[in-house]
Amino acid sequence: MNRRDFLKNSITVIAGLAVPLSALELINPRKLLAKKEGESAVRWAFLVDTQACVGCGFCVKACKTENEIPHETNITRTWVERYVITKKGKTYIDSPRGARDGFTSDRIDLNEEGHLEITGDDIEKAFFVPKLCNQCDNPACAQVCPVGATYQTSDGVVLVDRKHCIGCGYCIMACPYAVRSFHPVHKTAEKCTFCYHRITKGMKTACVDACPFGARRIGNLRDPDDPVTKTIMSGRIGVLKEEYGTKPQVYYLALSREVK
Amino acid sequence: MVHGEAWTLKEFFVYPNEYIYWTIQIVMYPFMTGLVAGAFVLSSLYHVFGIKQLKDIARFSLVFSFALLPVAMIPLQLHLQHPERGIEVMLTPHFTSAIAAFGIAFSTYGMIVASELWFVYRRHFVETALALKVKRGKSLLDKARYLLFSLLTLGAWDISEHALEKDEKAVKIMATVGIPVACLLHGYAGFIFGSVKANALWTTPLMPFIFICSAVVSGIALCVLCYIVTMEIRKLLAAWRRKRYPDLPTPEEIKSVEMYEVTMTAKYLVLALCAALGLELLDLLFRDYAKFRSWEIVRTLIYGRDFVNVFIVQYGLGNLLPMALFLLPRLTMKRAAFATILVLMGVFMMRWNLVIGGQAFSASFAGFMHYDLPVIPHDMETFKEGLLGALLVGITPFVLFWGLNKIFPVFKCEDSH
Amino acid sequence: MGSHVWRPLYIAVALIALVLVARTFLVPKDFGVHERGYMYGMHRKGNEAEWKAVTVKYRTAAYCKECHADKVESLGRTPHGIISCENCHGPALNHPDDPPTLAIDRSRALCLRCHALLTTPTSGRADIAGINPDTHNPEAECTLCHDPHNPVIRSPRDEQARLSQK
Repeated sequence: MNRRDFLKNSITVIAGLAVPLSALELINPRKLLAKKEGESAVRWAFLVDTQACVGCGFCVKACKTENEIPHETNITRTWVERYVITKKGKTYIDSPRGARDGFTSDRIDLNEEGHLEITGDDIEKAFFVPKLCNQCDNPACAQVCPVGATYQTSDGVVLVDRKHCIGCGYCIMACPYAVRSFHPVHKTAEKCTFCYHRITKGMKTACVDACPFGARRIGNLRDPDDPVTKTIMSGRIGVLKEEYGTKPQVYYLALSREVK
Repeated sequence: MVHGEAWTLKEFFVYPNEYIYWTIQIVMYPFMTGLVAGAFVLSSLYHVFGIKQLKDIARFSLVFSFALLPVAMIPLQLHLQHPERGIEVMLTPHFTSAIAAFGIAFSTYGMIVASELWFVYRRHFVETALALKVKRGKSLLDKARYLLFSLLTLGAWDISEHALEKDEKAVKIMATVGIPVACLLHGYAGFIFGSVKANALWTTPLMPFIFICSAVVSGIALCVLCYIVTMEIRKLLAAWRRKRYPDLPTPEEIKSVEMYEVTMTAKYLVLALCAALGLELLDLLFRDYAKFRSWEIVRTLIYGRDFVNVFIVQYGLGNLLPMALFLLPRLTMKRAAFATILVLMGVFMMRWNLVIGGQAFSASFAGFMHYDLPVIPHDMETFKEGLLGALLVGITPFVLFWGLNKIFPVFKCEDSH
Repeated sequence: MGSHVWRPLYIAVALIALVLVARTFLVPKDFGVHERGYMYGMHRKGNEAEWKAVTVKYRTAAYCKECHADKVESLGRTPHGIISCENCHGPALNHPDDPPTLAIDRSRALCLRCHALLTTPTSGRADIAGINPDTHNPEAECTLCHDPHNPVIRSPRDEQARLSQK
């Protein structure tokens, strides 16, 4: 083997190794933080503090008004789930109407199965988890759209083109977080936009502004001085359903393992 | 009302945006596509592998495959929320989507079937057109038919021995190319489901193969069934006509041909059925053995809530019983017809258990959804995605076949090859 | 004429050509692959502007402060200062031009969003004063006794009831 062949083979081996190594890498917000050549100076990310959420549902109500989702319809771009874990280790989850009107009763809504009242003595822990689009870095929904009607912007937000969407529902099926639905009026795929019309004007999302407890925050991952970015970098954070490889960009503080 | 709300019942915890979005039309889509692909594969058995015994049924299944072709697309159109934009799949295809290739796979396949048909029937077109040309005192219908058949010849009027030989060669090439394309079209329908990683029931690399095998099963079954029905009608007609034309084949002659074809075809059906069943059970065994995170809810669904649908109706009545009926000695026409009906029902249930079953549990794995099939429609949506919409899709190919039979006579004796 | 076998192919080619021609007319000019690459970034660029053009309904307390500085400041000194004005007063839109007055939500349901007593030991809800809506003056509007802009004042009887319920 001469030197030339040796170099050539080495490069091939290194290139071959590089692929599986990058595949092994876990979600690393720092990677998104580092701005590469020609990339947008903004990468939106969301931070949810499940400890702070009280389940008032102001976020859901504000979202519906702000984003023109009819108040009475049952679909919603964001919602709040309640988790009640009993001393026996059983988990009950509910989100009546997406918590549009908040949680005002201890009765768990089991849909067709009726309601279940769990008394305080049986409860080990109970908490609220706000959900919204994860604006994944590998959005499965954008990948499967057959016509390019749903896509990701340079700042990381996944949007739906209401004039181009054919309404096949494949993106709804592809989303592991079930954040997508059909808009009852436009009949196109509907999803959280991180209030794109607000964040691009320097405002915060309607849900962030409506939350009295700071349970929801939005920030720019590419701005190292952004307080949200700092918490995401240094805090003990979790994301939802990491196993799907979608690289979700909604980070959760105090995420409990029961959260689905 | 939100799309899906009319027929979705939720139990326990289901994410607020989750509904049964893909309904009976998406059950019909792979079912119909499967019939297309299966019917074509059956016809190719004769053209490519020269299984002469299948000559009669081959032409039949080719025309039937063509009649089914537009019907494979109708369920998709009916389920779109914006059907008027459906054409965008062709105009702005996005190839990272499994659906985007549909337009291309579908049209490629359509063109192959159409050209194969053209080669098979070109001689008939030319002869019919020439006969109409010399006919005196043409009626308006005759004139229209003359125009139609002249157009169908595409200006190729040469029916010399040499030209027909070329046709025959082209048929063989088209049938050969058609098999992988038919499998691709349907395997790809399987990929649409198999690649949805968010759905615990759908996601398996076996899906395309399961789809192809069950497609062949259903395609053959439908062709055999239709063949039996049409032959029975012909028998009746023959008995009646022979009173005037004694040189026509006797009902007994027809029956012997019919029995022979059905027995031959049934062998291929059972083979395909074994392959389909094997793959499906392998998938189930693997899931049960590997016990992924999703297995708990999938198990509750398959072994519990959908037990009757999956094990009794699909595997039992739809697969094992017809297999036994075909394999038992002294196959009769009635038994064959009954078995093919069971097979068709079984394949339909397989699609149902997959499409509806895949949406029968929440992505949270903490709740269930039930599809309440709309029987009596009260608006456009419950019509399209209810029983009537499905029946409409189910009936259309037979209407089309009846119409196509006027242009491509299936039981005519002389043809180009 | 040995080439008649190619006729179906001509038709196929013609159909493909037709689609390609139709494409140039029907596909919007700004449709294409943009920043996020082929897999995630293929779209009609003009749609981004459409999303940016959605009307802002909730203008935030900063907007309210432009005219109602006194109210915003006094509320800020109470525990309810964390609540956005528009949560109760409704979205400002272009108030006072349009709408001239805002529809204030004074319903019990609004207060109960936070103050219905729930058994949620491990969430922030446990730190909020809560009542049982079925027994705590069910017929009365909350604002009859409580001032939403200054919620600290509470009758001693209420306090007792709250503690005994906990």
